[in-house]
Amino acid sequence: MMRSLQDSLAGAPTMPLKTGEAPRERRPGPLIFLVLLWLSLLIAVVFLVTLIVNIVLEGGSRFGLALFTEYPASSPDRAGARPAILGSMWVIGTTAVLTIPVGVAAAVHLEEFADKRHWFNRAIELNVQNLAAVPSIVYGLLALAFLSLLGVRDKNIVIGGALALSLLILPVIIIATREAIRAVPSEIRDGSLALGATKWQTTWRQVLPASVPGIATGSIIALSRALGEAAPLLLLGALVFVSFDPNGLLSGFTTLPIQIFNWTGRPQEGFHELAAAASIILLGLLLLMNGLAIYIRNRYQKRW
Amino acid sequence: MSSSADSAPMHLRATQSGAVGPVVTRPVMRVEGVDVYYGDFRAVTDVNLEFGLNEITALIGPSGCGKSTLLRSLNRMNDLIDGARVEGEILFHGENIYGKGVDPIEVRRRIGMVFQKPNPFPKSIYDNIAYGPRVTGMRVDSMDDLVEESLTRAALWDEVKDKLKQSALGLSGGQQQRLCIARAISVRPDVILMDEPCASLDPIATMRIEDLMQELREQYTIVIVTHNMQQAARVADRTAFFTAQVSEGTGARTGVLVEYGTTAQIFEDPQDQRTEDYISGRFG
Repeated sequence: MMRSLQDSLAGAPTMPLKTGEAPRERRPGPLIFLVLLWLSLLIAVVFLVTLIVNIVLEGGSRFGLALFTEYPASSPDRAGARPAILGSMWVIGTTAVLTIPVGVAAAVHLEEFADKRHWFNRAIELNVQNLAAVPSIVYGLLALAFLSLLGVRDKNIVIGGALALSLLILPVIIIATREAIRAVPSEIRDGSLALGATKWQTTWRQVLPASVPGIATGSIIALSRALGEAAPLLLLGALVFVSFDPNGLLSGFTTLPIQIFNWTGRPQEGFHELAAAASIILLGLLLLMNGLAIYIRNRYQKRW
Repeated sequence: MSSSADSAPMHLRATQSGAVGPVVTRPVMRVEGVDVYYGDFRAVTDVNLEFGLNEITALIGPSGCGKSTLLRSLNRMNDLIDGARVEGEILFHGENIYGKGVDPIEVRRRIGMVFQKPNPFPKSIYDNIAYGPRVTGMRVDSMDDLVEESLTRAALWDEVKDKLKQSALGLSGGQQQRLCIARAISVRPDVILMDEPCASLDPIATMRIEDLMQELREQYTIVIVTHNMQQAARVADRTAFFTAQVSEGTGARTGVLVEYGTTAQIFEDPQDQRTEDYISGRFG
């Protein structure tokens, strides 16, 4: 045994390492594939850069303090997006308060307590996945119908908009939370249960705290999706001239995407520039939220 | 050594199924005719064992012989697996832990467990220890004292006393495992179950855990599953040897207890051919 091993080590290897051909990594096939990948990336980046440059060029001149402090007006020189910015904050804030507790609770139930073999829970699971793919305007219709049933006459109110957006992002938050909970190793649960902790204590004191970074990241990304939505709010009648600050859940409102939509539809060039300037705010907000999500993910990511 | 089971002294005789062990003078736990099932699959069958006060009992055997399954049945951790079911009786101080009205939460508090892979909580060292007493509602005069006492008993206090507020995940693997032992004893259990506690540790960390087990024996009853026969020989007072029996009809593998005796007897004078084959390294 030893002897034959030594022989084969000492003798020439059965397969020479010098193949006489180009190294496999440099042959055309892999190279073409790599070029295609780069091209795909380039297309995505080029469109993004074009969009940003275009918006900044068009709206840059109108981007100033007045945009944040002024109300919409009939002349582009006096108009600002103050109610839209405040309206977006009101609606997104309310959406967060409505959705995150419900979404997290639903995910905890599905992941930790529900019997996964029961048909009912499997049906729910499948439907949550499907709901995440439903077009946003359908949720607008649903919210509209709901408010009508309640007999609400003026449906363009903060709580109505928040309701529509909550329905829209609830499945996203449930899915993200389930992923975060699933990432907590079962050893942590076992360790807690083996000490005499109840299932509830284990979930509340070990599993949930450990999944907070994942839940936060998922929630922020879901909320940033809601921030950019216009369709369901349009259905509720949000496309109106709002010249006051929203001040409560029942207050009328408009949001940034709708203000942008509104201004884009005006004939005057000045309003188009305002729309571009408002887009800069919207993009900046989205960037900020996604950046925060990435920061939380990297900063608090647990490594077991 | 060629003796068969038939020539063994009466009280050491291994029976066809299950085994009659040596007399344990002060049994804390008694396993009587236990079968463990996962759904229709019978993982372990007809186990009879006793675990004595202040003794270390090792469960050894090849992979898939059901020793970990049995261990997890001893504090009802198996309840957490869908379809797991125990037949027979497991008596703890004479009371069947699977009896009606028995709270599995209380069973687990009284019968602690240390796992194969160190599993500290992603919290501070202090909070890792304080967690058990807090969630079980233990009345504690001074949590600081309890944390110190638990860590001292687990031979970890001197290494961590200056960094109790730091994350337990920063400790080495061996320290983490001793932390898990300290955590297990913080709720003052009677029995500590250890499922291959040194499987992921280096030899030096393993030695420290083994030394620690010798100290813990003074106050607890310890049951340890180990793949490492030398470890069983070094630490255990009694050893139970399990093997997997393949059913002729279905090919299903079921764990059976082959032989149970003092560690010296199992290793020096095995009564069953299968035990002898295993400890002499002929299979497994």
